[in-house]
Amino acid sequence: MSTSTPMLRVELRDISKHYGEGPTRVDALTEVTLDVGAGETVGLLGPSGCGKTTLLNVIGCITEPNAGWMRLDGEVVYDGQWLRGDLRRLRLEKIGFIFQTHNLLPFLNSTENVAEAMELRGVPPRSARERAEDLLEYLEVGHRRRAMPSALSGGEAQRVAIARALANNPHVILADEPTAALDSKRAGVVMTLLRRVAAEQEVAVLVVTHDEKIFGSFDRVVRLRDGFIEKTTPEPSDAAAASPPPLGPGSGADRADAGNDPERAGARERRAELGHDERRRGR
Amino acid sequence: MNLALRDVRHNKMRFVLTAVGLGMLLGVVQTMIGIYEGTLDDALRLPRQENAELWVVQPDTYGPFAEPSRIPEDTRDLIRRIPGVADAGAVTFQTVQTVVNEHPVRLFIQGFEPGRMGGPQQLVAGSDLTRSHYQIVVDDSSGLHLGDRVPLGPLHEIYTVVGITKGMVTSSGDAVAWISLLDAQSLQFQVPPPLQRREAAAGRPPAQTADINAVLVRLLPGAAQEEVTAEIERWKHLSAVTEAQEEAYLTKFVIERMQKQLGMFMGILIAVAAVVLALIIYTMTMDKLRSIATLKLIGAPDRTIVGLIMQQALILGISAFAFGTALILLLKDRFPRRVMMEPRDVGIVFLIVIVVCLLASTLGVRAAVKVEPAQALAG
Repeated sequence: MSTSTPMLRVELRDISKHYGEGPTRVDALTEVTLDVGAGETVGLLGPSGCGKTTLLNVIGCITEPNAGWMRLDGEVVYDGQWLRGDLRRLRLEKIGFIFQTHNLLPFLNSTENVAEAMELRGVPPRSARERAEDLLEYLEVGHRRRAMPSALSGGEAQRVAIARALANNPHVILADEPTAALDSKRAGVVMTLLRRVAAEQEVAVLVVTHDEKIFGSFDRVVRLRDGFIEKTTPEPSDAAAASPPPLGPGSGADRADAGNDPERAGARERRAELGHDERRRGR
Repeated sequence: MNLALRDVRHNKMRFVLTAVGLGMLLGVVQTMIGIYEGTLDDALRLPRQENAELWVVQPDTYGPFAEPSRIPEDTRDLIRRIPGVADAGAVTFQTVQTVVNEHPVRLFIQGFEPGRMGGPQQLVAGSDLTRSHYQIVVDDSSGLHLGDRVPLGPLHEIYTVVGITKGMVTSSGDAVAWISLLDAQSLQFQVPPPLQRREAAAGRPPAQTADINAVLVRLLPGAAQEEVTAEIERWKHLSAVTEAQEEAYLTKFVIERMQKQLGMFMGILIAVAAVVLALIIYTMTMDKLRSIATLKLIGAPDRTIVGLIMQQALILGISAFAFGTALILLLKDRFPRRVMMEPRDVGIVFLIVIVVCLLASTLGVRAAVKVEPAQALAG
């Protein structure tokens, strides 16, 4: 039975996180409020120690904040009632992670790395392998499906990592410096892929980066400093006109279907090919 | 294929070398057990093959194997006349060292009366003694062959090998040999000519050679063992022990220390194997911390991680056990002492390996469970 799609994938309200107490206390995040809609790519920028990784950890259900709440794809997280196992389930079902150094499991080949994420969710191995190979083809790295991570180039490994992140049809992709180990050409390719994935899969993509080469690849750039959001570009008011992060239910669908971005053309058709809609019907 | 097998496949060479090393250690453990079992079996084989229900020995001794026993030669005739006794045989035991064809040979010689109890059983070549003197039947573990001439005693009297048995050795591993009782008694008390002359000059009589070490007794069907024993022990210079008691004395007094020694050695080896296994599993886990953090981050439950480590420990342990067992099966016949690999002992070692693997993996499991998913994000 299909339900209305929650178009705001990530809603953060007054999220604060500190480490230590007393004189050693460090405020990593202070009352951070942020919304990210389906299909949106957001860059999180800022100097080292500004709280980018902590924010990513909070959104990734890894680190629990001290104050505030988060809604992830419509589910309220961090209301004091979530258990470690619940957070693990959320990570498995709703979030895809991409790392600076791809973090592929060195003892699995490309297909197995992607399939493993699905098998953890209970997908039968054969189906998981088939879908993994489809994803690798989709990310144009199908010819390396049997290669071990050590035999992949940086760009290929990152594509396999993106395929793994997409394996369970996540609604949010969190990427930590995904282009740091790549040259500008390959970095551009990875960002193009992430934008394409965001558009076609209606996934919210948050990317922590220092890489100035890719600043222009985001729908929105959020600059952090000392645990605060210092600036958002374009400003929310501008963004509403240019590339509006939808705050109300339903509006994201309009944005996804807007068709202004050529990368988003045919999105529904490709999602259907990858079983995206089928998964939703099964939920 | 599960994660553990895939990781093993990825690190094939390292895994194989580790399994080979651990397998050799487990092979040594199995060898120790095999040597113990072999020693026990060797020790009991001689008294068992005598097929005697009672052993008549010197009173207040633990029989001819545990300590010296000396009784008069005519004891056999005395015993034979007791009601309920079907057969009896006088025997002597002594260990001799000689050289045959320039090779040192050590023999445990049993003297017996041909045609009576106490002779060799299950000859694999040749025949029993056919003459009263200078013939010998030997076990093939001595390295002697039919027709070999064996010099024995201070006078180097030559005995000819007429028969061969198989698998008859003592708890010390010495090959058993049989000669006639008369020859054995002569050999036991023989002294070199200079000493004979000195004893004669001193006016001392020649040594008494009419003693034996024990009489083997077989009872008639239905005869009460207790009654025969009581009848024998009416003579104060005689004592009767049952076959079970004789085996118990051998086990308790002759090979108990060896049993404890081997037991201690096995215990230490198993402890070493456990420590090595724990260290290997721990190191393998530490090498995978990043992968474990990644697995946790993408949503793997702890049971998947614990399963990965425990399965690897079991795969390693079982592979090492299989290698060690195969190695010892191939080499066991090359050992100078018999190595007996009983299925029961192999099964026990296997169970110990499984338990040790599970215990050893707890160190790695603890390290893995402590890994936080956030570690995957650390640059």
